[in-house]
Amino acid sequence: MWKYLFRRLGASVALLLVVATILFFSIHLLPGDPVLLILGGDAAQPTPDQIAMVRAKLGLDKPLWLQYLSWLQRVSQGDLGRSLVDDRPVARDLANRLPRTLQLVIPATLLSTAVGVSLGMFAARRRGRLADPIASSTALMGFSMPVFVVGMLLVALFSITLGWLPPTGYVPFGEDPAGFLRHLILPALALSAAPTAITMRMTRSSFLEQSALDYVRTARAKGLPEPAVAWRHVLRNALLPVVTVVGLQIGGMFAGAVLVEYIFSWPGLNTLLLNSISTRDYPIIQGVVLLAAVLFVFVNLATDLCYALVNPRIRYE
Amino acid sequence: MSEPAVIRSLPSLRDLLRRYGQIVIAIPLLAVLAIGAVGAPVLVGHDPNRLNVRAKAESPSITHLLGTDEFGRDILSRLAYGARITLLVAAASVLLAAAGGTLLGSVAAYAGRGVETVIMRTMDGMLCFPPILLAIFVVTFLGPSIVNLILVIGVLYIPRFTRVVHSSTLAIRELEYVESARALGASAVRIIGRAILPNILAPIFVQASLAAGHAILMESGLSFLGLGPPPPASSWGRMVEQSGRFMQLSLLPILWPSAAISVTVLAFNLLGDGLRDLLDPRLRNR
Repeated sequence: MWKYLFRRLGASVALLLVVATILFFSIHLLPGDPVLLILGGDAAQPTPDQIAMVRAKLGLDKPLWLQYLSWLQRVSQGDLGRSLVDDRPVARDLANRLPRTLQLVIPATLLSTAVGVSLGMFAARRRGRLADPIASSTALMGFSMPVFVVGMLLVALFSITLGWLPPTGYVPFGEDPAGFLRHLILPALALSAAPTAITMRMTRSSFLEQSALDYVRTARAKGLPEPAVAWRHVLRNALLPVVTVVGLQIGGMFAGAVLVEYIFSWPGLNTLLLNSISTRDYPIIQGVVLLAAVLFVFVNLATDLCYALVNPRIRYE
Repeated sequence: MSEPAVIRSLPSLRDLLRRYGQIVIAIPLLAVLAIGAVGAPVLVGHDPNRLNVRAKAESPSITHLLGTDEFGRDILSRLAYGARITLLVAAASVLLAAAGGTLLGSVAAYAGRGVETVIMRTMDGMLCFPPILLAIFVVTFLGPSIVNLILVIGVLYIPRFTRVVHSSTLAIRELEYVESARALGASAVRIIGRAILPNILAPIFVQASLAAGHAILMESGLSFLGLGPPPPASSWGRMVEQSGRFMQLSLLPILWPSAAISVTVLAFNLLGDGLRDLLDPRLRNR
């Protein structure tokens, strides 16, 4: 296990380096000049002196590889620069916003996993009957609908038409737990729709695949009742690939959260990102993008380790 | 590649649906969409951008088949013109991604260890970024326009194609017929072009169809955030966003573009699933 752990950890660190490198060079390959952005865009017509000054201040006058190394060094110490708008450290802004995005992503993950696995198992056990195609095509619709359409329709139904839940906004949990939950329901539902569908499909196919194996026939032959076969034998093995899919879903949720936070005015990371687009506050945009990628790498690492925990074959490969 | 089934008697509609159900549903949907997009100027009688204060948020009628939006613009016309944007962005970005991915994937499979590592690890790195975040980042720098959308989405989907092409090429390159081509002195380019590419087209097509669905989700999402083609262009994502602000007034204007996006993505997903089942029956039920 330890050997496996260290190998995966090493691979993740290498991947993080690749991620940071891609981000750094994509900034430098893009035609927009950050110096012009800082000085207020082309319209402001900065003088060459001003440009040279900002360039020196940002270290943009040094050779690219030197800039790269010093950037890497700063980023690895958690220094993501300062906001162009209010000069606050980007890292602190991110640290403030991240918990709120997690408050959205974690409940949505739990919801999509619980519902997706149940529905997938339900559909698989009713293969060949009407319930299976109905559940499966609902799932296909589920991940064909963009997350913002799901969000808008939820608002239209539950806020505008029925008036049951608030359409937008956020209340800190510490101030008003009930209010927090009321505001959480719609965004979490919107965010979990597509992942639920994907988890459902994966569970269904994995369950069907396992059901056809010899050990299941043995379990039935020795007289185990069908629910025991399904729950104790098939489901446990069928869930292995689902672990990986759920891990990937969490990464996908950070992407979906961009639109969900926008619709529901949820003050998380992505609202910060979207606000920074209009002001072209590129250190913040870069910080959010980098943080999302880093989270993705760690979630994947955690997923792989969970997978190794539940599946001994991986550990001893 | 599976052999096409020998058809002895004319298959009934029921058989067709059972065997090719997903494709049978997807193709007509996509055909209607394509006709609507190409024929928009002839088919719809209204200027999609003409404002009409006297016809705000009207219900469907003979003059306005799907009704009008909150500015009195004809929704059907806007949907038809929006289909042009959607299909153009989807087709062009998938083409770009497939071309780039095929090139990189086959180079990675053929050029030796060092190049392979650089290409494939870069692809792994790109896949770590949530695509929409990277797209937002890039569009902020480049500015919103149709061409930039195509470039961004196309580049973001290169890694998927690179992976598919790379792994399929590795699987095929050791087969005997490729070896015999090599023994006859064929160059790497000739082997890739004549012996390998034709045999990995199936997974590329499946990937292309699924990627088209993703590209539309991404395009509409970016348009929804105001990062799509600038107004008055009637992209579907922007239509959802604008009508959303007037939800209290009427729900219909938001339902049409929502349905248009969902049905189009659904059609591409069905096509992708159907093609995969058809081309590789081993993967059925996955």
